[in-house]
Amino acid sequence: MSNLNNRMPLPMPGRPGGFGGGPGGPGPGGGHGAPAKVRAKNRGATIKRIWSYLNRQRSALILVYVFTVLNAIFSLIGPFLLGKAIDSAVIPGDYGALVHFCLLLLGIYLLGSVVAWVQAYIMTAVSQKTVFELRRDLFGKYQVLPVQFFDTHANGELMSRATNDIDNVSNTLSQSVTQLLNSLITLSGSLVIMLALNVPLTVVTLLTIPLFLLSSRKISGLGRIYFKTQQRHLGELNGFIEETVTGLKVVKQYRREEAEAKRFRVISGNLNKAGIKAQIVSGLVGPVMNTINNLSFALIAGAGGWMAYHGLATVGVIVSFLNYSKQFGRPIAELANQYNLIQSAIAGAERVFEVMDLNSEYENQGDKRPDKLTGDVAFEDVSFGYKPDTLILNGVTFEARAGEKIALVGPTGAGKTTIINLLTRFYEISGGSIRIDGQDIRELDKNALRSQIGIVLQDAHVFSGTIRENIRFGRLNATDREVEEAARLANADGFIARLSHGYDTMLEPEGSNLSHGQRQLLTIARAILADPAILILDEATSSVDTRTEMHIQQAMKTLMKGRTSFVIAHRLSTIQDADRILVIQHGAVAEQGNHDQLLEHKGVYFNLYNSQFKQAMEAEVS
Amino acid sequence: MWKLKSFLKPYWLWCLLAPLLMIVEVYMDLLQPTLMASIVDKGIMMNNLPHIVSTGLMMLGIALIGLIGGAGCTIFSSIASQNFGNDLRVRLFEHIESFSNRNLDRLKTGSLITRLTNDVGQLQTFVQMILRSFVRSPLLLIGSLVMALRISPVLTLILAVSVPLLFLILFVLIKLSFPLFAKMQAKLDGVNTVLQENLSGIRVIKAFVRARQEQKRFQTANKDYTETAIKANRLMALNMPLMMLILNASIAAVLWFGGLQSWNHGLPVGDLIAFINYVTQLLMSMLMLSNMLTFVSRAKVSADRVEEVMAVTSEIDQAPGADHEAVQAGRIEFSQVSFAYDEEDENLVLEDISFTVHPGETVAVLGATGAGKSTLVSLIPRLYDVSSGSIRIDGTDIRNIHLDHLRSRIGFVMQQSILFTGTIRDNIRFGRPAATDEEVEQAARIAEAHDFISALPDGYDTLLGQRGINLSGGQKQRLSIARALLIQPAVLILDDSTSALDAATDSRVRQQLKQQMRACTTIMIAQRVSSVIEADRILILENGRIAAQGTHEELLRSSEIYRDIRQSQLKGEEQAAHVES
Repeated sequence: MSNLNNRMPLPMPGRPGGFGGGPGGPGPGGGHGAPAKVRAKNRGATIKRIWSYLNRQRSALILVYVFTVLNAIFSLIGPFLLGKAIDSAVIPGDYGALVHFCLLLLGIYLLGSVVAWVQAYIMTAVSQKTVFELRRDLFGKYQVLPVQFFDTHANGELMSRATNDIDNVSNTLSQSVTQLLNSLITLSGSLVIMLALNVPLTVVTLLTIPLFLLSSRKISGLGRIYFKTQQRHLGELNGFIEETVTGLKVVKQYRREEAEAKRFRVISGNLNKAGIKAQIVSGLVGPVMNTINNLSFALIAGAGGWMAYHGLATVGVIVSFLNYSKQFGRPIAELANQYNLIQSAIAGAERVFEVMDLNSEYENQGDKRPDKLTGDVAFEDVSFGYKPDTLILNGVTFEARAGEKIALVGPTGAGKTTIINLLTRFYEISGGSIRIDGQDIRELDKNALRSQIGIVLQDAHVFSGTIRENIRFGRLNATDREVEEAARLANADGFIARLSHGYDTMLEPEGSNLSHGQRQLLTIARAILADPAILILDEATSSVDTRTEMHIQQAMKTLMKGRTSFVIAHRLSTIQDADRILVIQHGAVAEQGNHDQLLEHKGVYFNLYNSQFKQAMEAEVS
Repeated sequence: MWKLKSFLKPYWLWCLLAPLLMIVEVYMDLLQPTLMASIVDKGIMMNNLPHIVSTGLMMLGIALIGLIGGAGCTIFSSIASQNFGNDLRVRLFEHIESFSNRNLDRLKTGSLITRLTNDVGQLQTFVQMILRSFVRSPLLLIGSLVMALRISPVLTLILAVSVPLLFLILFVLIKLSFPLFAKMQAKLDGVNTVLQENLSGIRVIKAFVRARQEQKRFQTANKDYTETAIKANRLMALNMPLMMLILNASIAAVLWFGGLQSWNHGLPVGDLIAFINYVTQLLMSMLMLSNMLTFVSRAKVSADRVEEVMAVTSEIDQAPGADHEAVQAGRIEFSQVSFAYDEEDENLVLEDISFTVHPGETVAVLGATGAGKSTLVSLIPRLYDVSSGSIRIDGTDIRNIHLDHLRSRIGFVMQQSILFTGTIRDNIRFGRPAATDEEVEQAARIAEAHDFISALPDGYDTLLGQRGINLSGGQKQRLSIARALLIQPAVLILDDSTSALDAATDSRVRQQLKQQMRACTTIMIAQRVSSVIEADRILILENGRIAAQGTHEELLRSSEIYRDIRQSQLKGEEQAAHVES
């Protein structure tokens, strides 16, 4: 448990996504808007893990390598043959040799293209399947992480790990990996051929290399600083946009449009300034590299000409060198670009793996899977805190016998919902024990435990899909009749019948085409269908009007028969018939007993009740 | 897409300079092979060393001039594109701020946020590309063509075959891949939807032990997306090899015909080499262009999404010469008001609603879930406009009242309390930033929020939101009420805005409101009969119609629904009365 706690807090990365320094277009003048995101921390280990994913498609991957190597070799042979052709066919005027060289070139080029295509064809599948698996594994991990994880991380951030970060990995895999290999082979291959052709001219060609390295390092160093600033302003802007657009109805209601727009202009202006700097610096990569390329071209032409004049080189060799110098410069420029892309992909992968490395909540669970629980629940001296040093619950002890209706009342923040969270093992207790049917719940398989518990929460969560599917969520093998019966019991059939497609009405994301109350009725129907031994209703009817609530109460009564139920409710009137009422205050059970006993006792409940009741009576009298 | 070009207008100078400087860079690039040819033909072949050296130096100088062009273009295009993005973003934000609730309901919040961030970013990158790469590639293309023609018009004929071929391939590929990429995007949305739902509904999924089922759902969406992505990307993988093949085949052809030309027509070898270079450059720039086309299509999608938002206009329009002082005492009159959320939909949410609220009166609205209570009150500040009928405040149709004035006189507390990052004080002051600390405190007192605020370590300066503390639902509701009170409204609307308060606090808030906001016309939606008993009048809404109205006593006599509601709530209390007596 403590282990789990220690591992929970994830370092919060910068705000997810947003816009700005995405990879720019390729092209000589294009350069890359190098995304200088958070740098990877444990590069080696992360690369190894991505590798292990790639390795699952080993045979395909080996093919990719073979074809990449072939492709690089073919692209090396081209310039060599071209130079040879000029020296030994065009200049001497050898017709037969020219035919020979032209056909040879054509053949090599054709092969090269085929090889390049096969390579890309296979690699597409390899990279897509790899991210498919990454996405699947991450999603799978999300499913087994404890609720605490989701309570402590913003959904947007978790979304971004599964989308932005994985996309980043995908892009890099499909391009950078093979390009890197290609670059390396081209680089060393060119070097070997150049050396074989002419050593002094090779030295001349290499003269510009330090210039390449120096300028690309300078620029990317400067770029990183500016991109960081840009990223920071971007985060600020995205945060502002999210909050303002989400709360736009309030902004409008208080006519704060102009004031908010002014703030927006300021934040956006800051981003603008930082963005211009970042774009200029990163944009300089293209022209600078281009210039160095041209310098190299000039050097080879000049030096080569001088050497040819002195009989140290042939025209054909110069032609070959001009081509090689281009091939030589390209991979180096590419490597510089790829470096940034790969950096940000590794950082993305790292964020993904960070989640995958967290402990599953199913790791430390019991293995007992009782078939059917009767529903005797006992809390014994239970203590718990969301943070280790502040206890929310302290020494909670109570008992609920099978079939009893237990009400939890008390002020907000007293710990009512926490008790429910512990019973479902969304959170693990820090001390004491919880027993169901005499068995410590820590010895039970979590899923076996939860499948015996039906739950209806305040926020009435529904999924996109039809109404029928949403109710059937409670029991997957339920027939249509059973689904409709559950809806009827939950008093949801009325509004469903009024919808244009009835049970087959599609719900929009987040159920936005239903009212909150209607959504709540659906979740109640879902719980009814699940037919659990233990039922939890956490403010389930707080958004439903009282008349509807009364109807539901009827259905609930039937439903609760034979089940242990825990009810949290504001309206005391709804829980008076409870077998036991637990008054929770300051993290402990202050009083317990049935309604009459507690009134007799004239304690906390008595006062609480009177304030509600009096208010109603006074109003009645006046 | 071209509609957005007006955002570039203020930066026309930069937009002009950037391509001009790019022309300089390209021109310098184009000179290189010609000079190279001159070294071979006039230097090496004619044994002219000084020519070799001077031409070599000239090439170096030209490379440096090219740098100035390239760097200048980068600077000016960055300035233009970033400013363009900034202006567009600000304009879009302001436009979104003008949206009505109906607009907001249709264009989901999430999608608005992506449009403001991702799509604007895409367009920004696109503008930069237009000013740089889109200038460079065509220029290189044309320049190379001119140079090639100058060397040998006959050899240039080879291009008459390869260039159309390139275009054809490009055209076919784009034609085929475009729908695939659109499909891919849609599938990705599917993946994201499942993910989003799982993250927000994780408790429910865990409680019902539905992880396996959800994983299956995700697997389906994920697989769907992956398959489409593979198909689309494989198609695009054809692009590069095909282009390279044509490029290389052209070079082989140049070598062949160039060799023949050299023997038969005395084409200098240096020129042949230069020609090969120009052809390479020409075809390369075509390749770049083809790569850029994918950017065009992506930018087009973004532009469409931005323009879609721009094209939406609020249907809540301001009548010319709208009244700035109409709302005084706060007398509200609904006459035969009907309303539907969807104009084409015949499903009326409200039907034939007529009632009057006199200044200072408190009217409560009661009714079942979905009866139309929230809709009814949201018509008053014109969050939505009536479909037929009319609403008058102090005798003036609200459509003829200036919106700013109308809303500034109405305090509206929504069901869901939305607060912003900032201090508690800032949040309460949201509607009247000029309010004094005393006024803020006073409003908080009436809303029964002062006590809990004072109990916080930083009191009114407590930070809320992301890095600040998080309040309970009831506390948030009370802050929202204080916020509404601070603007000293003539009309106060409470949309079930005390639902998260316990009964005692709820009752205290109502007492306070009654005493302190006497002159304020109040309309409140409530669930509890106990909350509405004191109202001057109670409206019972059922299925979008007023089923009954009157005081508590009148309704007890006349309305069965009301008696029903009361019965549903009083059951317990009566029981309690027995115990106490």
